[in-house]
Amino acid sequence: MTAALLQYLISGVTIGAIYALVGLGFSIIYNASKVINFAQGEFVMIGGMAAVFLVADGLPMVAALPLAVLLAVLVGIGLERVAIAPARGASVVTLIIITIGASILLRGTAQLVWDRNFHTLPGIGGGMPIEVLGATILPQAVLVICATMAIVAALFWFFKATRTGQAMLATSYDPTAALLVGIDTRRVLTLAFALAGGLGAIAGILITPIGMTYAGVGVMLGLKGFSAAMVGGLGSPMGAIAGGLVVGIAEALTAGYLSSAYKDAVAFVIILLVLVTRPSGLFGRRDGISL
Amino acid sequence: MLLTVSGLASHYGRIQALYQADFAVGAGELVALVGANGAGKTTLMRTLSGVMPASAGTIQFDGAEITRTTPARRVRLGISQVPEGRKLFGPMTVEENLRLGAHTRPAAELRETLAEQYELFPALAERRHQPAGTLSGGQQQMVAIARALMARPRLLLLDEPSMGLAPNLVDETFETIRRLCAAGTTIFLVEQNAFKALAIADRAYVLETGRTVLDGTGSELLAHERVKQAYLGL
Ligand SMILES: Nc1ncnc2c1ncn2[C@@H]1O[C@H](COP(=O)(O)OP(=O)(O)OP(=O)(O)O)[C@@H](O)[C@H]1O
Ligand SMILES: [Mg+2]
Repeated sequence: MTAALLQYLISGVTIGAIYALVGLGFSIIYNASKVINFAQGEFVMIGGMAAVFLVADGLPMVAALPLAVLLAVLVGIGLERVAIAPARGASVVTLIIITIGASILLRGTAQLVWDRNFHTLPGIGGGMPIEVLGATILPQAVLVICATMAIVAALFWFFKATRTGQAMLATSYDPTAALLVGIDTRRVLTLAFALAGGLGAIAGILITPIGMTYAGVGVMLGLKGFSAAMVGGLGSPMGAIAGGLVVGIAEALTAGYLSSAYKDAVAFVIILLVLVTRPSGLFGRRDGISL
Repeated sequence: MLLTVSGLASHYGRIQALYQADFAVGAGELVALVGANGAGKTTLMRTLSGVMPASAGTIQFDGAEITRTTPARRVRLGISQVPEGRKLFGPMTVEENLRLGAHTRPAAELRETLAEQYELFPALAERRHQPAGTLSGGQQQMVAIARALMARPRLLLLDEPSMGLAPNLVDETFETIRRLCAAGTTIFLVEQNAFKALAIADRAYVLETGRTVLDGTGSELLAHERVKQAYLGL
């Protein structure tokens, strides 16, 4: 009984960590521009797929994984430069629709450049589960959780202690005031897309050994990450993390105690509950979301 | 002249808010621009800083034309603004706000410029780790001024620094502005509070419905019939 619960919690926290990373990408871009980037899931796909195919091409992991992340960062920058920046001054809704278009384009391109099949990557520790109190945890899941914690810590340090991070934060609080102190807010936006691309790709690489990847993997992961960000309060990094864990754990419990058929619906039920009871999310700013 | 503005115009979309601003500010001067509610003062300030584009006219700073340069570049050239309504980064601490003010400056001088601000506004030193948004109105105005000074401006633009302050704080704010000017910072001040602004200004202009219509020394304008009637309620 408790062993089963522990098992569900372990898988919930693991997948929740992934949702948190994707959700952080949503929040970072939202903070820089009030845009909800629906191509965020595609960054996750690019990370996983690029890693798979670079490894298949014979590259060692140590080279393939950073290259896959770099590719997603470049796609993020490209998306901002080519599609978002030229549409500056357009309404936020227009920009959001642009990101939806971009996500379809990226998915199609991935099917052409790579393929339509499912792929996986070898996880660490040879995929042998570790036993804990009657439950088991994959070494790769331990890696997912530890890597997420390390990334979150690095992000908090970046936003709190570096000039660039503080400039990004300031831009999110008041873009005009940011311009007035001499912050190049266009660069902040580019940087936000780069960062979101990198975070998404890392999430995609981390999850591939556990959950497989394919050209369309970003659709559901993107939506779950979006749920995480919404539940936590769009724009709040802490909220994205809490939201990711809430969604991940709720999903795992539903799959365990009810049926995995309901698993994907859980995220959306949670979003509805949060939006009805606390429209700005668990950690949201009072100004909340504005579309 | 440090700043020369001629024929400056500006629009919000299709709505024109600034028609014809002509004025100049010499190095070391304290120049005020007064105007009623909605005259276009804030629009002028936003256009001077470049957060709003000019639709006609020119802005010259220190001999170079800057009408089309980016806001960040203008800060680097030495123009800092204390915006209307202060516009602090509310959830960030006082010190983080000040550090952001020095965004365009080398990190090496940060310690010194910070110390200067805390000396000028000792009340801020005690609250340096408090979120700026939790301070009183007067203290927030201090943060706004200090943040602008962190960029070591040659020209300080102030948009209604007295807005929303209690009368004793208004006097204190104008006193601070006077002192900053005496210490060598050139100041261009925009105010609805015409009496106070004209009283401390070396020279001043009157802005009416987006046009500069009068100019003179502070005391000349204080004595001017039209100004007395329209702005001083005399
Ligand atoms: N965002 C905006 N969109 C459209 N029109 C605007 C906008 N902001 C200001 N205006 C209009 O432009 C004109 C000038 O406004 P501005 O804010 O520059 O006046 P102001 O002199 O600063 O007034 P106040 O003393 O109230 O601060 C006004 O008629 C105002 O209604
Ligand atoms: Mg104004």
